[in-house]
Amino acid sequence: MERLINKYAAKLIRAGLCDPGEPLVAGLDDELVWNREDDIRPELERLFKLLSINSLVCARPAEPFQTIINHLADKHPTVIRPQDCETRTFLHDLPVAPEFSARAMAEALRRRKSVIVPHPEGGRAVVACGAVSPEQGFVFLSSVCFAGFVLFFSEHLDETRKGLAKKDQVRAFERAAGFLPEPVPAAPRLMSGPFLSEDEALAAIAQAGRHTVDLGLVDSYFGNVSYRLGDLLYISQTGSSLDELEGCVDPCPMDDSSCAGLTASSELTAHMAIVRGSQARAILHGHPRFTVVLSMDCGLADCPERGQCHVRCPGRRSVCGVPVVPGEVGAGPLGLARTLPPAIMAPDNESGAAIVYGHGLFATDHTDFNRTLETMIEVENACRAEYFERLAGGGGA
Amino acid sequence: MNGWTGSILLVDLDRGETGVLRPDRALYAKFLGGRGLAGHFLRPKATLAWDDPETPLLVFTGPLNGTASPTPGRATIMSRSPLTPATACSSVGGRLGRELKNAGWDGLIITGKSARPVGLEIRDREARLVDASMLAGLTTGRIFDRLTASEPKASLAATGPAAENGVLFASIAVDRHHAAGRSGLGLTMAAKGLKYLLILGTGRTEVHDPAMLKQARQDILRLTAASPVLMGGLGLSRYGTPALYDLMHSRRMMPTDNFRHTRFEAAARLNAHALVQRFRPKAAGCAGCHIRCKRVDESGRSLPEFESLSHFTALIGNDDLDAAVAANELCNEYGMDAISAGATLACLLEITGEEVSGARILELLRDTALGRGLGADLGRGSRRLAEYMGWPEKSMSVKGLELPAYDPRGAYGMALALAVATRGGCHLAAYPVSHEILRKPVATDRFSFSGKARMIKIAEDMNAAVDSLPACKFTFFAAGLEEYAKAYTAVTGEPSSAQDLLLAGERVYYNERIMNALNGLTIKDDDLPVRFFEDDGDSGGGVSVKALDRDEFLDARERYCRVRGLDEHGRPTGQTAQRLGLEWND
Ligand code: SF4
Ligand SMILES: [Zn+2]
Repeated sequence: MERLINKYAAKLIRAGLCDPGEPLVAGLDDELVWNREDDIRPELERLFKLLSINSLVCARPAEPFQTIINHLADKHPTVIRPQDCETRTFLHDLPVAPEFSARAMAEALRRRKSVIVPHPEGGRAVVACGAVSPEQGFVFLSSVCFAGFVLFFSEHLDETRKGLAKKDQVRAFERAAGFLPEPVPAAPRLMSGPFLSEDEALAAIAQAGRHTVDLGLVDSYFGNVSYRLGDLLYISQTGSSLDELEGCVDPCPMDDSSCAGLTASSELTAHMAIVRGSQARAILHGHPRFTVVLSMDCGLADCPERGQCHVRCPGRRSVCGVPVVPGEVGAGPLGLARTLPPAIMAPDNESGAAIVYGHGLFATDHTDFNRTLETMIEVENACRAEYFERLAGGGGA
Repeated sequence: MNGWTGSILLVDLDRGETGVLRPDRALYAKFLGGRGLAGHFLRPKATLAWDDPETPLLVFTGPLNGTASPTPGRATIMSRSPLTPATACSSVGGRLGRELKNAGWDGLIITGKSARPVGLEIRDREARLVDASMLAGLTTGRIFDRLTASEPKASLAATGPAAENGVLFASIAVDRHHAAGRSGLGLTMAAKGLKYLLILGTGRTEVHDPAMLKQARQDILRLTAASPVLMGGLGLSRYGTPALYDLMHSRRMMPTDNFRHTRFEAAARLNAHALVQRFRPKAAGCAGCHIRCKRVDESGRSLPEFESLSHFTALIGNDDLDAAVAANELCNEYGMDAISAGATLACLLEITGEEVSGARILELLRDTALGRGLGADLGRGSRRLAEYMGWPEKSMSVKGLELPAYDPRGAYGMALALAVATRGGCHLAAYPVSHEILRKPVATDRFSFSGKARMIKIAEDMNAAVDSLPACKFTFFAAGLEEYAKAYTAVTGEPSSAQDLLLAGERVYYNERIMNALNGLTIKDDDLPVRFFEDDGDSGGGVSVKALDRDEFLDARERYCRVRGLDEHGRPTGQTAQRLGLEWND
């Protein structure tokens, strides 16, 4: 337990989600352990009496997330309802508590995985809990930050376009935008393919995953990576950390002769369809934030599918030259496994990539991960520039 | 009431009479339904012998049966076990829960003993007892053919020859492809002179807020669609539970040769893919389920689940896939639990050193079901068999219930869960395979006891709630009580949250622990066979499978007792019972 609470406290900082010294992480088996001292611990400890949980994370997100979450919580004082895929699938919505009391927090945490609360020392904290591992709190906090970011930038663009952006929102926007890091730097040189051995393929997968996280193109727990070697597709496991893929890659026979890859990524079916139907060997999937924001920015006001865009968007949309498709996580009837592979393999798609509405980008290459990472960086930077252009242009798409 | 029907059917087989019980709403809210209500009604009779006429056989549905809530097809059958000193409880699929609910009943409480074999036929609010002596000796398949020919929509639960011949792990076959398998409930049912239950319901469950239920359903379906284990290309929906076979093999935790090894060389030829190639199976499932994890071949024969596939191959050293499928089929036809049958056979083979052919496996299983020769000893389960033959340590069981197909040396949460489960060696009470192997909701270190005590406790509470709502435990590889609380509230109108359901689950679970204590079970019974602490498993491929460290295990078990609110002897405490609203004087 102690190892895990320290690990995820450190990971929150390394991911840029919290400032150093900020995260409080607790784990309970028969005795409660914390990663550090803090005056707010007694109130949080009461949560362990009120809820059947075994771990908890409490932290004020770092900028720009702090500004974003503060603003969203002021604007939506009881519940925030983002529309991105991570929220839609896993969190449903983001409850906001009025005060930093165990009772108020428990009220929300009885039904949801996280709650946004005023922090006694100012600003807002996210409190998230789990019944299995402190990793859950880490994942939920990172999802709240991601969802908040996407909602905040989406709403602002939309409301600016409609002339509805209020003064406090413009201020919050300017402040948050001021905290944005520089555009993603050029990709580092990754291992050169084609890879001929399992060891090489595994090393290349782990390297690509780590850089994708380090460049801020996906939060650790999300995204996936695969490489085809002969008749095997090596793919990151479901719920693996993209920056810690050593030992977390499943070899899946392309003829389905083994189910040992049952633990493979939820997007195995989509990856398989792509490598089976094309020359692609390397596939990289991340959740770059501005790419996701723009994937949801559609100007078609009178579309009959409004409200169902994420599964039914009928338009042939593209963002920065990359097609955007609807689809939910996985291989279900509305899953992206049905929409993504045809978009990537379409003869007129020169990017070898596709964006899933409200979700993220999948990039492919015939040789190794260099081009896939470059594509993701280029698209994200282009989307970011495009975002500010649309905003400056009064928001026209 | 919404969700519940408000009526429980009482059947007295002594007098051939029926009655109706109408509990107040508070009792429903307290125990939810299914496993919870069954446990509540078993409690006053919990110390009676399994074959005492006053011992009730309980069949219970919950508020979600017969609704649009995902995986609403499960029901609970509970009673005393002939095989173990613990409570016998089985979650059963098929259409039983739906038909009983649609007939207007939340549950059945069957007491007494009929002098002649009878069937209980329920058509909506009408129940009658029918002579069943002509079914004696028939296999379950023949019984299904006979009784459902004119009523194909009815749900049928019946015992087979194994129960007639006193097999202690006899099962209740349900709707051909399902069973209340474990703990010998088939024999308990047979002891009442009850041969079958036939139920047909034409009513429907009233739902408090259909729009909210639809939303909850969509939330849950979205999560299951996102789950590789459930709906992925290699998942349960595509291959059935045998999808787990390769995984357990690759993780080196496949029980082999009566748990003397953890890896079976021939496994790659006996996996889910091999079943597909050889039998071209079709999917089948419980009422209303969208996952559909059952597999049936072209002739309509059930193919083995993961557990029976593993035990009828690796555990008994059999590399003949046809024989494994036939062995599973034989268990279904004669009405016996395939896990206990396979594990008891494995125990015998270890003791005698015999190596068996496919034909010999089938011969021994048939003899078991018919109580012939050596089969009569096999039919008493591995604990009695091993004791009788002078090798008690070779029974791979907990509380007398044979262990399922996960070697505890390969997953320490599973080790603890198997040891403490209320019905004995049961993987489903806490199913830590979910996080230790399948990485859901997040992955945990399978070779560590750290944090596992509370994880197991919370998962037991969750699964007790799941069995009471009911829903299928497989759904919880993806969804959680968070989503199901919404479904429960939508159906019943009862305000609830994930935490409220967990509390109800804790109550359901603790009540079972109390019943075990009433039967004299203590911490000494919460233990694993000594082999797991003495012998290493088969390491290799970068994985080291060591014997469990006894001290670490005991330490984890002590922590479990503290977290669960038990005293140092593993007995319930008055304080915890009171907190949960249960009666218990310690
Ligand atoms: S997943 Fe399988 S066991 Fe569960 S309800 Fe569906 S068919 Fe039945
Ligand atoms: Zn994704």
